[in-house]
Amino acid sequence: MDKTIEELHNLLKSGEVTSRELIEESLKKSHEIQEKYNAFVTILDDAKETNVTDHFLSGIPFGIKDNYSTKDILSTGSSNTLKDYVPFFTATAVQKLLDVGAVPVNKTVLDEFGMGGTGTTGHTGIVKNPWDTTRMTAGSSAGSACAVASGVYPYALGSDTGDSIRKPAAYCGIVGYKPTYGMISRYGLFAFASSLDHCGVLTRSVADAAIVTDTTKGIDEHDMTSWDSSDIHLYDSLNGDVKDKKLCYIKELCDIEVYENPTEELKKHLENFMNSLEVCKSLGMNVEEVSVDKQLLDALPSVYVAISCAEATSNMSNLTGIIFGPRGEGKNVTEMMMDHRTKGFSPLIKRRFIIGSYILQKENQERYFKNAQRVRRMLVDTWKNLFKSYDAVILPVGSGPAKHLDESKDILTKDTAALEEHLQVGNFGGFPSITIPNGFINDLPVALNITGNCYDDENVLNIAYAIESKMNYKNQIAKEVHHEQI
Amino acid sequence: MSKYKALIGLEMHCEVSKTKSKVFSSAENSYKETPNANIQPLDMGFPGTLPVLNKEAVKLSLMASIILHCRQPEYMYFERKNYYYPDMPKNYQITQNPPEDCVGMEGYVDIEREDGSIFRVGIDNIHLEEDAASLDHFYSTSNIDYNRAGVPLLELVTYPDMHSAKDAVSFLEHMRQVYQYADISDADTKKGQIRCDVNISIMEDSLDETDPENWGVKVEIKNVNSFGGVRDAINYEIERQTKLKETGEYDEMEQQTRRWDEESGTTIYMRSKVDAIDYKYFVDPNLPKFKIDSAWVEEIRNSIPPLAHERKQKYINEYGLTNYDASVIVKEKAQAEYFEECLKLGIDAKTASNWLTTQILGEINREEINLKDFYLTPALLKQIIDEINKGTISSKQAKEIFYKSIEEKKEPKTYISSDMAQISDKRELESIINKVLEENQSQVAEYKNGKDNLFDYFVGQVMKNTRGKANPVITKEILKEKLDK
Repeated sequence: MDKTIEELHNLLKSGEVTSRELIEESLKKSHEIQEKYNAFVTILDDAKETNVTDHFLSGIPFGIKDNYSTKDILSTGSSNTLKDYVPFFTATAVQKLLDVGAVPVNKTVLDEFGMGGTGTTGHTGIVKNPWDTTRMTAGSSAGSACAVASGVYPYALGSDTGDSIRKPAAYCGIVGYKPTYGMISRYGLFAFASSLDHCGVLTRSVADAAIVTDTTKGIDEHDMTSWDSSDIHLYDSLNGDVKDKKLCYIKELCDIEVYENPTEELKKHLENFMNSLEVCKSLGMNVEEVSVDKQLLDALPSVYVAISCAEATSNMSNLTGIIFGPRGEGKNVTEMMMDHRTKGFSPLIKRRFIIGSYILQKENQERYFKNAQRVRRMLVDTWKNLFKSYDAVILPVGSGPAKHLDESKDILTKDTAALEEHLQVGNFGGFPSITIPNGFINDLPVALNITGNCYDDENVLNIAYAIESKMNYKNQIAKEVHHEQI
Repeated sequence: MSKYKALIGLEMHCEVSKTKSKVFSSAENSYKETPNANIQPLDMGFPGTLPVLNKEAVKLSLMASIILHCRQPEYMYFERKNYYYPDMPKNYQITQNPPEDCVGMEGYVDIEREDGSIFRVGIDNIHLEEDAASLDHFYSTSNIDYNRAGVPLLELVTYPDMHSAKDAVSFLEHMRQVYQYADISDADTKKGQIRCDVNISIMEDSLDETDPENWGVKVEIKNVNSFGGVRDAINYEIERQTKLKETGEYDEMEQQTRRWDEESGTTIYMRSKVDAIDYKYFVDPNLPKFKIDSAWVEEIRNSIPPLAHERKQKYINEYGLTNYDASVIVKEKAQAEYFEECLKLGIDAKTASNWLTTQILGEINREEINLKDFYLTPALLKQIIDEINKGTISSKQAKEIFYKSIEEKKEPKTYISSDMAQISDKRELESIINKVLEENQSQVAEYKNGKDNLFDYFVGQVMKNTRGKANPVITKEILKEKLDK
């Protein structure tokens, strides 16, 4: 299970290994990982092998984030409000994988309904980073990132509203890709913030991300925001030829000089990033520094909070415990709903609902919601402008390796908010965006991100593919660091 | 009331019943007695479901917008109206939010009163939304039927241009006709497809109506579900508000929402404008904004079926019906269709009109049934009319057959037996006539001598011999032939 999809497919085709054997190995590994890192809501011990066909994914196990609706399989969104919910329909992305004979073996833990970036707010407890159990996986696709990095299977589905695929992928040393908005149908994905929600995948190589997305993408009659991508062939277009491609990085995020008293970690991270840019140049790409209004970048986190909380408040008002989910107690419907929601949601989510509700109030809409939308548009236009001159924007992910679960252990540099949150621009604009590992700081993985213009997924993946081929992190499996005994 | 003038505006909700599926879900759009039979996961708000807009619903609502002389939007999009209530499991309604762009903006409609005078009602907007589930409240429980949840619903909002309950009802009648004739909806109040909110205020008649400052305090009356209810609620409210004027309390009245209580025939205070609910509207991101192509609008414009007033003119000008009969027929689309079907089958227009407006409508009203469910279709009616034309049956017999046929649900021709039928056989009549003439030889002689008025005597004798079944026309022909030779 530590191999790429292509390698596993060849082994299956040649008969050196059977689908049954892969599933058993994956299930065994799932239980080990569950014990160590708490990555799963459900392990599907009764997973059945499928026929091996010419399709790369046939017979191969995979994981599903637990906010995808899966027929007859518990789907909780990692929330107590859906702790016993067994849907009667399957999400389109999952169905497309089932249709080609892919085998789901578990449902992975997330931050409750995807509304968190730590991997610590799921109703089944925190997910630990397989490189260092004292650290976060980040989130919200925490279980998926942990499992793929641990070699449970070559890929797991994730979802990405702010950076929920790309951040945990970075912290776990793997690849995280969310394609252009609407390329993969959202039907069956539990909504968090509809205008920002993307389906995507976590893998250990760019080629694997391409293979999986080639299968999950496509126009869907159940999702009006999906579009026809039948002329896009991600895997087939990976040729590694990136000569004369143009990349840019943003000075206000990448230049160590802009930070007051930077930590050693941040220094190393940005230095490592600059080394990666040299790799890009060695591939024949042009890399240029560009400047973006710092004030605009600094507005990023609040724009995200405003829009995502507002949409979430409305999206999650269907969670009442009346039609599905555990019934609350009370003398009437209102009391029952209140009881269900009071008991069901974690404090983090309640806080976000209150923010969202406040922002949507008539008297606040103009000041908060509409202004957030305006700044969103300005940010998207800024990036679109860059795409006129450049194939993609390349940036470091976060301010270093995974943060500690005990936050007091983290020494933070001031002014890193925009550096931590810039991946959200990919959601604001619906841009294709991929994170790949680009090195280590104190034996912990760090990553860079490539983001391109809408519908330019082939180009974005090919650039990532070329960079990946020049570095040694492709298909890496997490190795737990040793903590010295104190 | 002469001192005051009422200003009445209507919010008319009409279900679009002519689409196959609901407006955002693939569940069937049909009226079903069995509760919760037309349901898809979206209608129940299951996690992960997404709305998919029904193009036919958009088409039909644009058609309504065109008919109402409204401006169509350049781009169409939908908003969420957020509120917690069990009739809407998502706990938000997908709707449009005028004055933001919606299906139709700023139009008008001209209405003809019974006396032939015409008044114009301004349309503020017409917008498309999803209907909510229907609730039945009992003593300690409520039943919810989600069949209706997600059915496309058109909400039409007028300016306060009407001044009497009668005009308000005329407006509603007119709009019901429009929806029916344009094939947008069955607009059946019995199935709850039409629901109204009434806005009403009163002002001194002497003041300038064009200045909204003079309009008085708006009272909204919610959920009036029959036209009779609209009439009664308006009349009640005018009286109530007039009394407040008289006692000087009117100006202290706050803008408010009231509820029409059918049983007591009164309106009951619900909430003040101050307590208005904040629905936290915002654009639904799941339904991407799309351009309304002007060529499509033209295509829809050209596909509008002939509406009631066009048909009425045709009936008068081309088929020679009276204004009254034509009006009666076009009042319901099913009636106009019945009438036109008769004409297609070759039935004479006046004959068809007479049968429809007297016997058939009489029966429909008596039995309180829908013309569509009426047993005697135009084709079956034709069986009766053909026999009258052939002279096989008298008009009196025709009516008997009509009632027998609908009562026993058997084709009219089964009752047109040889026994009942007129004697039209020439030979048979000739032998009867010969017998009559032989028995009345003296009268024959008198007739031949010039006593012409005896002719009717002979006819009478033939009728007497045949117990009235002799075909009078043929009888007269034969008699003339025999007596005049």
